[in-house]
Amino acid sequence: MTYKIVASQCTSCSACEAECPNVAISEKNGTFVINPKKCTECIGYFDIPQCVAVCPVDDTCVIDNSLPRYQPSA
Amino acid sequence: MQKMAEHKGCGTSGGSGKASCGTGAGENDMPTEIWEKVKNHPCYSEEAHHHYARMHVAVAPACNIQCNYCNRKYDCANESRPGVVSEKLSPEQAAKKVLAVASAIPQMTVLGIAGPGDPLANPGKTFKTFELISEAAPDIKLCLSTNGLSLPDHVETIKKFNVDHVTITINMTDPDIGAEIYPWVFWKHKRVTGKEAAKILTDRQLQGLEMLTANGILCKVNSVMIPGINDDHLVTVNREVKSRGAFLHNIMPLISSPEHGTVFGLNGQRGPSAQELKALQDSCEGEMNMMRHCRQCRADAVGLLGEDRSAEFTTDKIMEMEVNYDLSSRQAYQEKVEEERQAKVAARNAELETLAGENADLKILVAVATKGSGRINEHFGHADEFQIYELSSNGAKFVGHRRVDLYCQGGYGEEEALETVIRAINDCTAVFVAKIGHCPKEDLAKAGIEAVDQYAYEFIEQSAISYFKDYLAKIRSGEITHVTRGDATIRQGAFVSVDA
Repeated sequence: MTYKIVASQCTSCSACEAECPNVAISEKNGTFVINPKKCTECIGYFDIPQCVAVCPVDDTCVIDNSLPRYQPSA
Repeated sequence: MQKMAEHKGCGTSGGSGKASCGTGAGENDMPTEIWEKVKNHPCYSEEAHHHYARMHVAVAPACNIQCNYCNRKYDCANESRPGVVSEKLSPEQAAKKVLAVASAIPQMTVLGIAGPGDPLANPGKTFKTFELISEAAPDIKLCLSTNGLSLPDHVETIKKFNVDHVTITINMTDPDIGAEIYPWVFWKHKRVTGKEAAKILTDRQLQGLEMLTANGILCKVNSVMIPGINDDHLVTVNREVKSRGAFLHNIMPLISSPEHGTVFGLNGQRGPSAQELKALQDSCEGEMNMMRHCRQCRADAVGLLGEDRSAEFTTDKIMEMEVNYDLSSRQAYQEKVEEERQAKVAARNAELETLAGENADLKILVAVATKGSGRINEHFGHADEFQIYELSSNGAKFVGHRRVDLYCQGGYGEEEALETVIRAINDCTAVFVAKIGHCPKEDLAKAGIEAVDQYAYEFIEQSAISYFKDYLAKIRSGEITHVTRGDATIRQGAFVSVDA
């Protein structure tokens, strides 16, 4: 699993972009998206996912259940 | 520590030619080095805002705190409030925009970055913009407006880019009160809530303020007056920020219409009335200079305060513009502006002398329709705001402005528009205009407000003092009786309830 951004909620404020330790977030057609290949749910970096913590709109950065859980390599 | 502006409050110095108080403060009211810095800054000097323009560039969309009075999501062209922008710019686009605007508006002297988020939550974009502008247009003053959370980390960079004005929004120094205003702050990679969040915020704000003033950087403090939450507390905030060297305090009314979608707007938190706001500003005035001409501008505002020209300078239009930044023609224009300004001060002082010896206790408010230059030069029907002056035997003192335009104007006939104007200036004895029709003049008279067009195109303060003298004479002769006026409404939007 990785995090994803609910486009209809996103205000394109870009707060998440600078905080992502994996540089997984970028702007695409005026809204922000998370690259699932890069997202580690902030495991190994921070206690909580930074996009969730910094997003000014609740329930905008959410878990993407359609993808498998991120597994930190040993 | 920089020297602080001594201020004795208003009404103690009639006849001396002083420009009364607040941001009407003239050069006699503050130390020379501060006056030199603020005299051409429309946001810092009430007098300057008639003559000089500023612009904001929206390069800083991200924010690191959440405020219950803020919502950056909606933008309507008629809307002017902090956080609202039509488009966000890259630093390069912003620099081009500044040059285009400075070439088109030669009295534009100040470039500010004020959001829509927090400039210091976007330090890369903010300082890159400052760098590009200081290279291309070195005569333009730079300033920024911040919530203060990251401020202590950036004081050195602020110094490096020669930013000489910083505004910090400080709404509380008591975490219990802060918890009602700020749902969370993003601090050290965590979202912190409640009192703990407010404690971090206030500590960082006050630390940042101290660091800036210790480095000789001019600091203004903005506070949002939220009735029932921080209204009484702002007197304490005023004292705290003054003791840390802030030179100007701007207490603004909460904007909280439900249609803006802010937390306060949705839960019915009201904003202050005109008289509540004035009473709080007056009670802080003995402490330090108070700002009263703030228009709570958009974060992409362009032009004179109260006359937004941002729509003329959209990114599409700017990118097509041929920019010819000519410093000498800008300077020549600004010299003309200074001449007009000196003439205004001279006229005011001459009129003030004739008031010497008048010793009346009474004070009245008058509203003025103006489109700049310190003159009564706007038609009543065209005015989308009125400037309010308090007249006493000490002269004419600027105490605020009242907007009367509507965010969304559909569905409002002329009758409703006039009622809106009357509600906005209901505490005034007279309204000065360049011209007014017969019908609105009669309706105003019915509401107890005299429409005065005899001073059309004259200087505001000179005319106001002259009017006040006549007013006193008429009371003495028994021609009129002085009536105390009621309260007035600060316009919040289309659906504001009316209670005087």
